[in-house]
Amino acid sequence: MSTQKGREITIRVLKFNPRSKVSKPHYVEYKLEETPGMTLFIALTYIRENLDADLSFDFVCRAGICGSCGMVVNGKPTLACRTLIANYPDGVLTLLPMPAFELIKDLSVNTGKWMDGMSKRVESWIISDHQVDISKLEDRIDPDVANDTFELDRCIECGICVASCGTMLMRPNFVGPVGLNRVARFEIDPHDKRTADDFYELIGDDDGIFGCMSLMACEDHCPKHLPLQNKIAYLRRKLVALR
Amino acid sequence: MKINYCDALVIGGGLAGLRAAVATQKKGLSTIVLSLVPVKRSHSAAAQGGMQASLGNAKMSDGDNEDLHFADTVKGSDWGCDQEVARMFVTTAPKAIRELASWGVPWSRVKAGTHEAVINAKKTTITEDEDRHGLITSRDFGGTKKWRTCYTADATGHTMLFGVANEALKHDVDIRDRKEAISIIHENGRCFGAVVRDLITGELEAYVAKGTCIATGGYGRIFKQTTNAVICEGIGAAIALETGVATLSNMEAVQFHPTPIVPSGILLTEGCRGDGGVLRDVDGHRFMPDYEPEKKELASRDVVSRRMIEHIRNGKGVPSPYGFHVWLDISILGREHIERNLRDVQEICQIFNGIDPADEGPKGWAPVLPMQHYSMGGIRTKPTGESTRLSGLFACGEAACWDMHGFNRLGGNSVSETVVAGMIIGNYFADYCLANDVTIPTSTIQRFVDEQDQYLNEILAYNGKEDIFKIKNRMKALMDEKVGIFRTGGPLAEAVEELKELLQKTKHITVKSKERAGNPELEEAYRVPKMLKIALCVAKGARDRTESRGAHYREDFLKRDDANWMKRTLCTWPNKDDIEPTLEYADLDIMKMEMPPAFRGYGAKGMIIENELSATRQNEVDSIREKMEAEGKDRFEIQEALMHFDLPMNYKEKNERAGDK
Ligand SMILES: Cc1cc2nc3c(=O)[nH]c(=O)nc-3n(C[C@H](O)[C@H](O)[C@H](O)COP(=O)(O)OP(=O)(O)OC[C@H]3O[C@@H](n4cnc5c(N)ncnc54)[C@H](O)[C@@H]3O)c2cc1C
Ligand code: SF4
Ligand code: FES
Repeated sequence: MSTQKGREITIRVLKFNPRSKVSKPHYVEYKLEETPGMTLFIALTYIRENLDADLSFDFVCRAGICGSCGMVVNGKPTLACRTLIANYPDGVLTLLPMPAFELIKDLSVNTGKWMDGMSKRVESWIISDHQVDISKLEDRIDPDVANDTFELDRCIECGICVASCGTMLMRPNFVGPVGLNRVARFEIDPHDKRTADDFYELIGDDDGIFGCMSLMACEDHCPKHLPLQNKIAYLRRKLVALR
Repeated sequence: MKINYCDALVIGGGLAGLRAAVATQKKGLSTIVLSLVPVKRSHSAAAQGGMQASLGNAKMSDGDNEDLHFADTVKGSDWGCDQEVARMFVTTAPKAIRELASWGVPWSRVKAGTHEAVINAKKTTITEDEDRHGLITSRDFGGTKKWRTCYTADATGHTMLFGVANEALKHDVDIRDRKEAISIIHENGRCFGAVVRDLITGELEAYVAKGTCIATGGYGRIFKQTTNAVICEGIGAAIALETGVATLSNMEAVQFHPTPIVPSGILLTEGCRGDGGVLRDVDGHRFMPDYEPEKKELASRDVVSRRMIEHIRNGKGVPSPYGFHVWLDISILGREHIERNLRDVQEICQIFNGIDPADEGPKGWAPVLPMQHYSMGGIRTKPTGESTRLSGLFACGEAACWDMHGFNRLGGNSVSETVVAGMIIGNYFADYCLANDVTIPTSTIQRFVDEQDQYLNEILAYNGKEDIFKIKNRMKALMDEKVGIFRTGGPLAEAVEELKELLQKTKHITVKSKERAGNPELEEAYRVPKMLKIALCVAKGARDRTESRGAHYREDFLKRDDANWMKRTLCTWPNKDDIEPTLEYADLDIMKMEMPPAFRGYGAKGMIIENELSATRQNEVDSIREKMEAEGKDRFEIQEALMHFDLPMNYKEKNERAGDK
């Protein structure tokens, strides 16, 4: 790391407060000096503390773990905390809030509300009538199966797949790649006793598994590299065979 | 005024709060959980390494049990913990992890056959028995006798949090996010809920309940350099303090971790050094052997942190726009090893610093610096989780100090504590809510809401020259500089004085936008004074504790002083207009300890000022043990004779283990 002066960068942000009667969507440009290792988290925090105290955005972990900071950066939905300014050679970054979610203000959108609805809709929890005695040995799970479940459980509900999804634009009730991934996750978890029929009840329609147009943008943008298309195709084959 | 009534109010939706909410909801109580952010985004999601529970399934953990976990926890705490609570914890932890498994947390499992592990930087082959195949496995962590830390790859906090949050949704817990508790409603020594600000609409509401449980996590963000999420500002503890009745405890006990990456503060796991990575200075020189010839980089967390800062102070730090740091070099482990075993570290270095740590030479070195990591202190409670002074107020998780970590917590014991406390305290909390009614008049509730409403108006009307962001950043820098890893009387006293000035300055700011909603500057303006109060508790507690214990290290008082300091610190804020907390002390009773104070097992011997009761109690413990062993009593009977403890539900039942004879 050097202590040389950094280049000047430009951050353009779409500002809008839907709760204000006078606010209209408009771009605001901020110019600042780049520091080594600067991410959008560092840049936006600097802007709020020094240039515009009114700018709204969401960060929690600032480490690419919690899924709070999804936004559209130069046209691509991505996690802002993992976005390194150095990766933008012309030093201009245009930031928009993620589409498909309710706008709170500026770059802040209500992904949490959407995800809670999704979780309830696909009953995103273990369903089983097996009574567990927690003082006794746990059920044995094959290590590879546990690992496969984990690989799908890594979704952080950031909503980037939803914001990238073509079907979402046409079907606001679409359960989204994230919801389908949830179903795939419980489908392979041996603790869950639901059958394919049970899952069909949840997602066996055009707002569910049959709505996906396989455009792949979800998988391309997913920061956790989940195998979304593969899993959606697998579920579709499995569920279509039922009817 | 909008009043939301429920039976049980939980403030904070991390692992601890959500698990407690499941407990109350299951007992038929209507439960509301409030959170600053969608609960699955809570700081708990960031825990990577794992959760301690003495299952004893894997080869390297065979023979583990509650007694070993207890001893490790007490030693780790540097005898600052409440041993009764530590016993409650170790007995419940195996049950907690088995419950989580049944809720779908995909714990990594034992695979029969041989696998390779790096132990002491040497490749070792381990063979797992056929009869353990498919049981929950565990890994090695600092300060534990057995491999006791259970995990889901490197995303343990995430999978645990999703498991518990989904279980809460399944039980119809009413979860409300973007809601911030800003003051506690209480009357005549009893708590009845909170005044809450909706972070989207800016509206103030009252949440009134039979009982209230604070599970708002730690206060790492009062420091500049921290591994904590940006929401870990200690507001939950601060509003408890502001009641003037409830107490905070051991706030000076703050843990620092040696190797977060600079400047982001994202943690690079201890495994880097465990596998043989080294620390280098500005000249590329490996300096740890100069200070700790025996253990080098593998000395304990607090020791390595202190040596790094010492070396920087000796002028050997690497300058950067973010201050001085040193280098962590793992390239010497070879690309193959890194890409197999330290995949995550590699990704963090690549994404956040544009460095590939597998590149040889200076090109692959990662800038690291010790940073704040964990808050041992918090809202003082009894072992049931209820505040010792304000009835109906409970606390659990990192926000609380029921005191199982004392002055230093072991890795893996924290997420474990959150769910265990959620189970135990959640049940005591539920019992309280079942046994008590809401008896507060609406006019009192109105008074609390009005007070906050006026306060926000007052802030918007301030017309001074100060800037709230500058005050906040000065506090953070001050805490790093004077209340950090090394502490000395002089600078600590200066810190206390300057923090008091900063607190007064928060009334001389101007908030530019006058909006009540969607105004981040207003949020800072009411949060920063609360953070400063927490910072004052930490700084003043550290100034007055004239000994070194666990993570609290005084350069002017190097010894652990059991003769004078077998005490926990209690902080109160009796009057609203006070500009510093009032400190009192409560004794730890050595004669009731199952494990009386002794040498912690590392560092130099003779660094303890002994308490004469320690030897007396040790003799007593030895003779009870000897006598009962001769009578053929088992370890459970002996433990009971040494120190009784209670647990709700069936949590005291013996934990079955694969290795049971
Ligand atoms: C990088 C990192 C790695 C870690 N790794 C491990 C590990 O491997 N093993 C381990 O045991 N421990 C680990 N820890 C520690 C552990 O993660 C935390 O101690 C633990 O998760 C805290 O959980 P909690 O439920 O108490 O609080 P949190 O998870 O912090 O939750 C706090 C909740 O309170 C809410 N809240 C806060 N203030 C308010 C308010 N005023 N009003 C309403 N809601 C509020 C928040 O929205 C949030 O929902 C790690 C910590 C860090 C920083
Ligand atoms: S599937 Fe990927 S993109 Fe979609 S919410 Fe989960 S982590 Fe985000
Ligand atoms: S802030 Fe958590 S993922 Fe970006």
